[in-house]
Amino acid sequence: MHTDIKKLFREVAPAVDFCSLRVLREASEQLMVRHEIPQPVVFREDIGGMVTVIDRGGLGYAATSDLSREGLRRAVEDATEWAKRSAGRAVTNFTAIEQPHPTGHYETPVRAPWQSMPMAQKMDILRQECKRLRTEEKIVDSVASFWYTEAESRFIAADGSEATQRLFHLIPVLSATANKGTETQTRTLGGRGYCQQGGLEVLETVRFRELAPQIATEALALLDAPNCPSGKLDLLLDPDQMILQIHESIGHPLELDRILGDERNYAGTSFVTPEMIGTYQYGSKLLNITFDPSRREQFATYGFDDEGQPAKREFIIKDGILVRALGGTTSRGRSGIPGVANARASGWNRPPIDRMANLNLEPGDSTLEQMIAAVEDGVYMKANRSWSIDDSRNKFQFGCEWARRIEKGKLTTLLKNPNYRGISATFWRNLKLVANASTLQIMGTPYCGKGEPNQMVRVGHAAPACLFAGVDVFGGE
Amino acid sequence: MQQAFYELADHLTSLMRGGEVYTCYFSGEVSDFVRFNKSAIRQPGRVTQRHLFIDLISGSRHASGTIGLSGDPAADKGRVADLAQKLRDAIPHLPEDPHLLYSTEVRSGERIQESTLPSPAEATDAILAAGRGRDLVGIYAAGGIFAGFANSFGQRNWYANHSFNFDWSFYHAGDKAVKCSYAGFAWDQKAFETKVAEAARQLEVLALPPKVIQPGKYRVYLTPNALYELLGTLCWSGFGLKDNKTRQSCFLKMIDGEARLHESVTILENTAKGVAPDFQAQGFIKPPHVALIEKGRYANSLASPRSAKEYGVPTNGASDIEMPESLDMQPGTIPAAEALSRLGTGVYVSNLWYLNYSDRPACRITGMTRFATLWVENGKIAAPLSVMRFDETTYRMLGEKLVGLTDRTEMILDAYTYESRSVGSGRVPGALIEDFTFTL
Repeated sequence: MHTDIKKLFREVAPAVDFCSLRVLREASEQLMVRHEIPQPVVFREDIGGMVTVIDRGGLGYAATSDLSREGLRRAVEDATEWAKRSAGRAVTNFTAIEQPHPTGHYETPVRAPWQSMPMAQKMDILRQECKRLRTEEKIVDSVASFWYTEAESRFIAADGSEATQRLFHLIPVLSATANKGTETQTRTLGGRGYCQQGGLEVLETVRFRELAPQIATEALALLDAPNCPSGKLDLLLDPDQMILQIHESIGHPLELDRILGDERNYAGTSFVTPEMIGTYQYGSKLLNITFDPSRREQFATYGFDDEGQPAKREFIIKDGILVRALGGTTSRGRSGIPGVANARASGWNRPPIDRMANLNLEPGDSTLEQMIAAVEDGVYMKANRSWSIDDSRNKFQFGCEWARRIEKGKLTTLLKNPNYRGISATFWRNLKLVANASTLQIMGTPYCGKGEPNQMVRVGHAAPACLFAGVDVFGGE
Repeated sequence: MQQAFYELADHLTSLMRGGEVYTCYFSGEVSDFVRFNKSAIRQPGRVTQRHLFIDLISGSRHASGTIGLSGDPAADKGRVADLAQKLRDAIPHLPEDPHLLYSTEVRSGERIQESTLPSPAEATDAILAAGRGRDLVGIYAAGGIFAGFANSFGQRNWYANHSFNFDWSFYHAGDKAVKCSYAGFAWDQKAFETKVAEAARQLEVLALPPKVIQPGKYRVYLTPNALYELLGTLCWSGFGLKDNKTRQSCFLKMIDGEARLHESVTILENTAKGVAPDFQAQGFIKPPHVALIEKGRYANSLASPRSAKEYGVPTNGASDIEMPESLDMQPGTIPAAEALSRLGTGVYVSNLWYLNYSDRPACRITGMTRFATLWVENGKIAAPLSVMRFDETTYRMLGEKLVGLTDRTEMILDAYTYESRSVGSGRVPGALIEDFTFTL
């Protein structure tokens, strides 16, 4: 990637308080077979850079796909102009915030590179798995797909410091939709949740070649299942729903830019206030949440965030107490609140803002069997399919693909259309049991949306199964 | 950008080998984005980007790809040649595509709207002045949005739109706010000040002592903005041919004739009255309008070329995702000025937020009220309400429980900027609904 860009940038960098260039090249391939018909292969390659200028307290950025000397010069000019316009009229004195000057390189470890298998062979795998999803006529739609991405980035500060990264991501998808009359039910391989960093070894980790028949069978069985009952019941959530629960009702409310009000016009605010950090009891003592860039296979692992801050593991919630927020260099500088290296941008064309990266719920010591046995009357839900939460990240309602009743410590009836609702501020205090590492799944999502201008980023979540007491559950019509 | 795109298309044509054809779609923008919080600038900047999607076709086999373009003609010709070769190399390894469909009828055209935008400095100054003494948060996005289509048959289409969209809120405290937008093609300072003054007046209402209501059924008025959020969710699976044929449509019961909406509900994809391009990536030209729901009954699906081939129907120029871009819901008969008095006693919902299906086959949707949600008594605003969750089927909201729609629609320009600035829009009336279920 543009070996001379550092030289070009330093030639055009202005005499200001701080100036950086972040260059990103991202290439992807999407392969899909739908109902046994191969879909058009889509390649994508994009490269561009963002210049950030901080001067006399003001800040400006300019993003361009023209990485020639002239293109960079124009970007520097635009960013400098915006820094001038915002000086003295900005939310903070940006010059007063000490900026990182990173050096180093980070790269995803890969055992089986994507390119090591010919495309025709990958398409054959997808064809086979798609066929195994289409077990009978009632399966009206079936999809098997791979979405592979490699991202190569360089963060260059005008003083010459530089950090580089190469990240490889794979998103495997399996989905079967069954229909009978006006009843339609879909089962998937955790939506797009079984996404990880690495190469083709990810397929083995997520059991891509094993699960298609089970997915189809479960979709068909749901057609004849009764609706989830309504009531205050114990709720056991599998990791493929826990990741959504963590994401929406812990991750987003703890993003420092939301707490500071930046997101109030779009993604929303937070029920968490600065005074709560360090003392607030977020959940029961079993709740331990980490910001964890140390799991190298996890979807949002990186060495440096997009402001150049080196990433390291931190407890966000320890034994139920909120100890730290999710805020990068700028938000920490504005607020004085402890944070993490999580300022991230969705691409070269968007500025970094506070995002979740890998936000994980640490395992406890129960087995799944012990958790089921502990439930007198409850529901066991798997795989998110619906999510909705208020702008303060408090009143939520989530739905899952699959559920089973738990009665007197035993799994009983299969249930369709399981939903539950609650309030973040109290929900986590009813966390009754946390499973041990045997149920832990390393998951994530490629679709976390936020920011103005809007940005969609990858996030990672790892979680074991968890049991909650007295949750308002209900079914469909 | 138009000339550069046409030259690239000509270059691509010259690269075709025996029997190969191509379709390509260009998208680009030069946008200023200024983000505000607490009436101060948070993040200001400029984004210049250009992308080109190419589908290379050889018989019934094809492969496609998107590349970023630099804007430098020589460098971009090289990138296009590299992508064409990559696609050419991939095609022999791919099977024939039975659902491939592209336009071979040449229908070139242009829709160009020149810039009359204010300078970024002028707009920023006006916004900061409006926020003085208030808590303003939001984003100003402005500049040129460009799209183009070309194919090896010689078709050329171009679209240029220079617009601004200032999407903002005035906050009272906590989550109590008035949400506003001022969007268009030329900045009218007087019109902007009128909007600001109106928002400031609404803000005063939020300072009244708040009221708490219990979950239950209420008579509600959904403003055009709130109803547009609801319709936006219905666009997610409601109108696409593939969703219809694979039985995943939220309107499954209506398609099968087991349910219907209120007779006053008529919804169109109205390309003629929207701001989006009238061409799509396979070269088909969109009809001026497509009736999606007529008098409460399902009328037509949006059929992309691919779905059209798969299900043996004509395409109506829909994009691959088969979602409306220029939504138009016909007005009803309730005078818009009488919205409050016709509501009587109930909930005035300015905005809805974060909607999702809680039971898709039943077309049941959950979501939140947001910003200014007000308690109305005897036609007068009595108090602001805290946010409430609803969970209702569309067949009740826009069917048996719909009292009526207002006689005026509002034009809403999407403020979405994921990857690039949206050109989606909606024309939507307000809706008066009884027995609307709040659950939390």
